[in-house]
Amino acid sequence: MQIFVCIKQVPDSGQIRVHPVTNTIMRQGVPTIINPYDLFGLEQALRLRDRFGGEVTVMTMGPPMAVDSLRKALTYGADRAVLLTDRVFAGSDTLATSYALSNLILKAGETWGAPDIVFCGKQTIDGDTAQVGPGIARRLGLSQLTYVSGIDDMDLTDRQILVRRRGDHGVQVLRSQLPVMVTMMEGSNEIRRGTQADALRAARAEVVKWNAATVGIPDVSLCGLRGSPTVVKKVFAPTAREEKAEMVATTDQSPVAMADALINQIFTRQPALQDDLLRQAAGH
Amino acid sequence: MSNQTSRPAGSGRANMKRELPEHFRSYKHVWVFIEFEHGRIHPVSLELLGEGRKLADKLEVELAAVIAGSGHDALEEVAGTTFSYGADLAYIIDNPVLADYRNEPYTRVMTALVEKYQPEIMLLGATVLGRDLAGAVATTLKTGLTADCTELAIDGERSLAATRPTFGGSLLCTIHTLNYRPQMATVRPRVMAMPVAQEGRSGRIVEFTVDLKEEDIITKVLDFLPDTANEAAQLAFADIVVAGGIGLRTSENVQLVRDLANALGGDWGGSRPLVQKGWIPAERQIGQTGKTIRPRLYIAAGISGAIQHRVGVEGADLIVAINTDPQAPIFDFAHVGITADAITLLPALTNAFRQRLSVNRLAG
Ligand SMILES: Cc1cc2nc3c(=O)[nH]c(=O)nc-3n(C[C@H](O)[C@H](O)[C@H](O)COP(=O)(O)OP(=O)(O)OC[C@H]3O[C@@H](n4cnc5c(N)ncnc54)[C@H](O)[C@@H]3O)c2cc1C
Ligand SMILES: Nc1ncnc2c1ncn2[C@@H]1O[C@H](COP(=O)(O)O)[C@@H](O)[C@H]1O
Repeated sequence: MQIFVCIKQVPDSGQIRVHPVTNTIMRQGVPTIINPYDLFGLEQALRLRDRFGGEVTVMTMGPPMAVDSLRKALTYGADRAVLLTDRVFAGSDTLATSYALSNLILKAGETWGAPDIVFCGKQTIDGDTAQVGPGIARRLGLSQLTYVSGIDDMDLTDRQILVRRRGDHGVQVLRSQLPVMVTMMEGSNEIRRGTQADALRAARAEVVKWNAATVGIPDVSLCGLRGSPTVVKKVFAPTAREEKAEMVATTDQSPVAMADALINQIFTRQPALQDDLLRQAAGH
Repeated sequence: MSNQTSRPAGSGRANMKRELPEHFRSYKHVWVFIEFEHGRIHPVSLELLGEGRKLADKLEVELAAVIAGSGHDALEEVAGTTFSYGADLAYIIDNPVLADYRNEPYTRVMTALVEKYQPEIMLLGATVLGRDLAGAVATTLKTGLTADCTELAIDGERSLAATRPTFGGSLLCTIHTLNYRPQMATVRPRVMAMPVAQEGRSGRIVEFTVDLKEEDIITKVLDFLPDTANEAAQLAFADIVVAGGIGLRTSENVQLVRDLANALGGDWGGSRPLVQKGWIPAERQIGQTGKTIRPRLYIAAGISGAIQHRVGVEGADLIVAINTDPQAPIFDFAHVGITADAITLLPALTNAFRQRLSVNRLAG
């Protein structure tokens, strides 16, 4: 079977800083990682391949340096990696991103065989929209299975797949028909430690590099900034409250004295809360 | 939004004024998609009606609720509820295929409804259902969608200004969908205040029928396993919440947060790094990518106050911050602050609260 996994290279969010004066994000020197949510899909893909045979192809649309993440995915055991990189994609919002990625998937399908499953992450940690997966599914006419917590069964002859999906009020057990687009819940599958052999293979492997022309994007005006209906009009720092936090200070710096002063302040501001707490404590 | 968050403000297209294409000019009114599952309306849908009402009033248009499901009486009852929460009309789509949420039939229905009645704004909850549906509908309609907004407003040109936190931990960005309609946005539960229901307020019902047959739908629901009333689900609705951050220093100290929450009969949680370190479970994360809370009292211990955390707690009536650093950003939005070591202050607070409350028990 053919499994495609969409991964995105993102800056490691823990290490991002904002310039205190200009309010711009300081990306220089910030290490990049594979979007953590994408690894749950990758692991699931590798398990399905190990069980049913076939190939796992990882793919991304991004700058040339995104090749690092693809190579990393190869060390986990992916069979092949494809990078779609081109300046026409700069500034893509989610609609333009799903357009580029769905064309990438079509081209990869022509080259290696159409995918039975496309995995996406639940969301990214930078864009954080959870829109690209559904976007790809719509554009390619794949059944959309988001927030999947487990794949219980799959039958390649009937082309059926049985999944558990995390709903808002419980778990749905769903049966669908391949091809599908799946996003995996976090925690569903811990990514494996790749083998030595995979690490060696990854170091030598050629990452396939395509651009808009080689992929055959039908309409470049649907890509990048031009193809993005959403526009960021303003980036700004949140304003402080009109009145700053009232700071509780005590001459006696012992925890007991500070706790007392703080509770007094809380109850002064929220007398109703105090009454309710007292009533609760008294067992009413 | 996957790549454009890094774009500097006011660059490129953002400053260009563009006319709305002719065929979109007829798009009018504000819609709220009502999540009605297993006999319950999701509270976020009512919160959105409150917000949608303000947008509709500003634009001087109508506010419509979109209600899909199976069983006409139930849907009509839901319509009645949406009227009391501010809707002027309700679109009802009643079809057995819509009994359980599935992406395919819901996307079809929503797309068809938008094409027929042409709203200028469509709001959905940023829930599992809402996110699953919004992404598919926006792509089918080829329009813009802004996820997880924390503020919605109408600008001078009748355009929806959707504000959300952006990458990096301390910035917000405002996003517009300039040349496409509808302008779509999702908002997380508890971000907007619950409006007060007005009994007796009424509205019109518009029935919408679509040709949907179960045979045509590829994905089948075989079973549904409802959640048991697990305690974590209560966090978003708790009256009192105590949370800890990296300032707790060790996973053991999370207990100090739990103890205080216990003493107050409240619930507890933490900042995202605690989830990443494995100190607390993911459903206890508070903030933009965790739970949004609106308690009467929120106590944050050893939390710096990054924007992703702030937007999850700003709806609290009283925010109390404990931090060793007097410059910590959390003091910019907390109501009451104290410069103190959380590790020693938390147990002292727990004791002091216990004492005050038990004194009363003896007296009472
Ligand atoms: C896309 C995205 C989504 C995110 N979503 C969320 C989210 O939903 N929720 C969330 O919380 N974060 C989220 N974050 C992370 C957020 O940006 C911050 O990194 C995070 O909130 C910081 O957590 P913290 O305050 O615990 O840690 P830090 O920022 O490290 O702050 C620790 C604080 O503790 C104080 N301190 C140290 N020792 C003590 C002590 N002994 N007593 C008292 N105070 C002490 C320090 O002065 C400091 O202010 C997100 C980030 C991104 C990029
Ligand atoms: N540029 C990209 N290249 C490859 N996959 C992507 C890209 N952007 C988003 N995705 C996929 O779509 C998922 C959801 O992204 P988002 O909508 O940005 O939250 C990610 O977890 C990835 O699997």
